[in-house]
Amino acid sequence: MSQASYPTDLLYHPEHDWARIAEDDPEYAVLGITWYAQDALGEVVFFDPPPVGTTLAKDASYAEVESVKAVSDVVAPLSGEIVEVNQALSENPAMINEDPYGEGWLVKVRLSDPSERGALLDAAAYKATLAG
Amino acid sequence: MVSPDLRRTPLFGCHVAAAAKLVEFAGWEMPVQYEGVRQEHMAVREACGIFDVSHMGEIETSGPGALALLQRLLSNDVAKIAPDGAQYSVLCREDGGVLDDLFTYRLDAERYLTVTNAANHERDLAWFVRHAQAFPDVQVRDAIEAWAMLAVQGPLAREIVQAISDAPLPPRMIAAPRRLAGADVLVCGTGYTGEDGVELLCAPADAPALWGEITRRGATPAGLGARDTLRLEVCFHLYGNDLSVARGPIEAGLGWCCKEDTGFIGADAVRAVRDGGPSEKLVAFAIDGPGIARQGNPVIGGGEVTSGTLSPCLGTGVGLAYVPAEHATVGTHLQIDVRGKMRPAVVKDKPLYRKGS
Repeated sequence: MSQASYPTDLLYHPEHDWARIAEDDPEYAVLGITWYAQDALGEVVFFDPPPVGTTLAKDASYAEVESVKAVSDVVAPLSGEIVEVNQALSENPAMINEDPYGEGWLVKVRLSDPSERGALLDAAAYKATLAG
Repeated sequence: MVSPDLRRTPLFGCHVAAAAKLVEFAGWEMPVQYEGVRQEHMAVREACGIFDVSHMGEIETSGPGALALLQRLLSNDVAKIAPDGAQYSVLCREDGGVLDDLFTYRLDAERYLTVTNAANHERDLAWFVRHAQAFPDVQVRDAIEAWAMLAVQGPLAREIVQAISDAPLPPRMIAAPRRLAGADVLVCGTGYTGEDGVELLCAPADAPALWGEITRRGATPAGLGARDTLRLEVCFHLYGNDLSVARGPIEAGLGWCCKEDTGFIGADAVRAVRDGGPSEKLVAFAIDGPGIARQGNPVIGGGEVTSGTLSPCLGTGVGLAYVPAEHATVGTHLQIDVRGKMRPAVVKDKPLYRKGS
């Protein structure tokens, strides 16, 4: 998508990651990178997901996305354990650019401390960090 | 991103108007991409792209002693440059370490223009000036302010530029003055993409109109990102990555542009490596499987990656790496440590990409 967009149903980490936590399933989160992150990176050509079962620590890097030009760390917005990875990205990593909040999701995690979500930003607060 | 200390080319306004992503490169604020690296890369391979390379420097060497000075500085046989000709060479220190790689154009019988890499221009110029003191009747002039430079590259490049030229374009490796859309331009049959095309040297004031005219006729603006992937697919060296003062031209596979009998600075060191055989060599490789090796990644068993990217045409990770000479044979299997992950790779023939392959 060519226009900046930051859905209000997501939680954001200042390192340009998002988390989607369903109301009825608060133990799990789907993670991805924001429109800003994919735009800064350019066309993503490679995403190498960590295997299912990998433990994520909030604020630590857990994967890498690569454009033709550069490698970028993906930071975990929340702690947990990977229960699913988006296998479609190995065939078509550019989905991260085309649909960063949908088809371009990266991993699904079982949260080890759901209360960590309190430290994340809402869309308005995240957008404010980009303006600076 | 935008720093007041960065230099801007005369085409800066064109890049901003085209919504380029701008980055710092060698002290210049340059477009790294417009629409996207891959798209720009394919435009050059399949049609025509235009690059602003005005950050590159120029040194003019003239006078009766010009040939003698250049013969001493440049690794190639400068006496072989025909009138209007162009030649590639390296600039070496006494120990053979590479200071820069350069294109030299012969403008007149006793007048040459040498194009430098942006990051090396000041050092090259100082080197030229210092060594010129030993040569009578030669003038060395910093010409960086006198020229803007555009590269128009791709299978349609000549057709597009020909349409605005007052005379037939010079063939490959020849440079000739032409009028293009009313501007005086030195048209050079050279490039850095593996495609046919021309490089255009013009007055800075004429550059924006020329850029506008050529893009209107169908050339796609292409940034430094595509310039890098294009040159890497055809295994052209990038100074600062694949060339440095720490290694010599023989190791880099540039023995073909070193003519030791001309007595250039560094010739003895180059000859010694050529005769004895280099201990390491720059090889082209392709990753076997997923992953993209990058500059600085170690090669297991010795050596390091100096350039690496995803090849848009081949669809795999490719690059250049210095490896021990015994691992440099085409077909040799390598393991590259890509940030802690071992990636298998295979030494490939150069160039990695060939037209029609």
